[in-house]
Amino acid sequence: MDDARSATAALIGAEASELVFTSGGTESDNFAIRGIAEALEPTGRRHLITATIEHEAVLNTFKALARRGWKTTLLPVDHSGIVSPASLETAIADDTALVSVMHANNEIGTIQPVADLARIAKSRGALFHTDAVQTAGKIPVDVKSLGVDLLSLSAHKFYGPKGVGALWIRRGLRLIPVLTGGKHERSRRAGTENVAGIVGMGVAAQLARAKMSEEGPRLAALRDRLEDGVLRAVPGTVINGARSPRVPNTTNISFDRVEAESLLIALDLQGFAVSTGSACSSGTLEPSHVLKAMGFPPHRTQNSIRFSLGTGNTEDDVDRLIAVLPGIVEKLRSLTRTPVRA
Amino acid sequence: MKIVVAMSGGVDSSVAAALLAEQGHDVIGLSMQLYPSGPTAGAPGDERFGSCCTLDDLHDARRVASAIGFPHYIVNFERQFQETVVSNFVREYTSGRTPLPCAHCNSDLKFSTLLDRARGLGAEHVATGHYARVEQRADRRWILRRSADGDKDQSYFLFPLTQEQLARAMFPVGTLSKPQVRDEARRLGLRVADKPDSQEICFVPDGDYAAFVARRQPEVDRSGAIVDQGGRQLATHAGVHRFTVGQRKGLGVSAPTPLYVLRIDAETREVTVGPRQALEQTTLTASGVNWIAVNAPAEWLPVTAQIRHRHRPAAARVRALPNHRAELVFDVPQAAITPGQAVVLYDGDVVVGGGWID
Repeated sequence: MDDARSATAALIGAEASELVFTSGGTESDNFAIRGIAEALEPTGRRHLITATIEHEAVLNTFKALARRGWKTTLLPVDHSGIVSPASLETAIADDTALVSVMHANNEIGTIQPVADLARIAKSRGALFHTDAVQTAGKIPVDVKSLGVDLLSLSAHKFYGPKGVGALWIRRGLRLIPVLTGGKHERSRRAGTENVAGIVGMGVAAQLARAKMSEEGPRLAALRDRLEDGVLRAVPGTVINGARSPRVPNTTNISFDRVEAESLLIALDLQGFAVSTGSACSSGTLEPSHVLKAMGFPPHRTQNSIRFSLGTGNTEDDVDRLIAVLPGIVEKLRSLTRTPVRA
Repeated sequence: MKIVVAMSGGVDSSVAAALLAEQGHDVIGLSMQLYPSGPTAGAPGDERFGSCCTLDDLHDARRVASAIGFPHYIVNFERQFQETVVSNFVREYTSGRTPLPCAHCNSDLKFSTLLDRARGLGAEHVATGHYARVEQRADRRWILRRSADGDKDQSYFLFPLTQEQLARAMFPVGTLSKPQVRDEARRLGLRVADKPDSQEICFVPDGDYAAFVARRQPEVDRSGAIVDQGGRQLATHAGVHRFTVGQRKGLGVSAPTPLYVLRIDAETREVTVGPRQALEQTTLTASGVNWIAVNAPAEWLPVTAQIRHRHRPAAARVRALPNHRAELVFDVPQAAITPGQAVVLYDGDVVVGGGWID
């Protein structure tokens, strides 16, 4: 476990002692937000800020705290899918306890200006948390240059086991534990450690760090090949968040007049696992809250598919996808009874 | 053949899917999510909790698919279900009629929206777990027949299916009895073999239709008069949606002989009651008539006619009227011919056609 802690810390430029292992990204986000909100409550700082495009783990935690009396502000995004530092300047107040903005978005992959945002928070005495689940292991993440106070990680996003993650807590920062009990994890997270998961996370972190400089550009090239191919082969397609800085492995494409649900099933039957919006909603189809927040109309928010590329994917996979996609889309368009149009 | 099976998670559609897979067909299971699922779904008093196609049922379907080894997906039809089935249900009760949502679900959802989805996936057929039979006659016409198990027969709920829909429909358990279906489920090792049948209308599991309608259409909760056949007021009632023709209980009227609801007038909100024999009528007209085994008959055609799911079909003659309507005369008077229910016409076990009672 010590080795795993060191390897995971090394992935984000942190000290091993600053890491608390958790059950995954969702618990890490809950711990960061609830732990800080509760720790700072006596100081009178009862205001929390996050962004409209956050993962449900953050958004629903904010909602829960709002119901219990905390003031919350959601920062908007525009078509680019990026939170602007100016909007944080406007929203932040003297009683802001915590700002939580994700490092990269899970649905469209856009990278947020976390260092700039964290600087603003710091200047007003607020703490800063970032959910780095989508970036750690994929692009360089360094807690010091980001200037954040808390950072969430999830192992399975860099090929570690599912059900294990970590929260990095800047040395000296005090937060109230969410799970109370024994003195595990330096009394910050009670409960017997998931040793097998943690060891797996450590190995995965080590491998991800070693391969990153090679794998990042390779995935970016694959992603570009996929986007170019789809745009060329399928009329009525558009990339969401294309012009913004993005993580290399994700692209989000809207297909005009195609129900995303049908496209997902048709692709799955052909051996391509894609997702609509966030993969975490249990097989149901709701318009993506991220695309809605970006101000897109229904035909773009309901008809979008997220393609994620990974270490096992090759140019051949991308070419096969581009070969079958036009036929599938044409067939679906010809059979849609109530097409959603622009 | 590539076939989509509409899987509710119950034993009938599970066996239907498993039998088709066993016959070597390329089966894709699709389960329709019809109501929202969330932290409060299923909580006591939550109207969104269904008695069929709940999250648990969808998981049952998924586990059957994975045990047999064919792909299974959940499709979200909440919007379409509201727009077709639920809105019709509320509208019918509000207009003093007694709706038949299962028939609408079959023709307007399973064999329309779901069929479109199936075709988008390259499957030209949709199979369900209905107890009914579909066959193509020598003259190429598609015929709907009662199931081999007369007691479980569901052809009454399938009468609106057009030739185009029937040509794409498959009912693999239609030749079996319910005990045989459960035996098949056990033979195939399906975990749903002993799962109880669903009973009530799936989206109103507590059976309180009046409360369901009033929640969606609050203005229906308006009082009116209960009158006798002479127009004399006997009592007041709390809304026409609480009544169905033939109803005896819950009238709040005491009388020496039992009284039954004879007519419901949504305009005047008047509910007319009378003795049992006044319920009996010999004629009816129907709208939205779908002729299956014959072309619309201009001359009187002898049939047996069924006016409720559990009604014993009675001899009658029928002829077509313009605008997809028909008139029907029973040989002997029938009790409680209920507007909004279906009248389904049979020749032996063959469905001649059917329509909605005016």
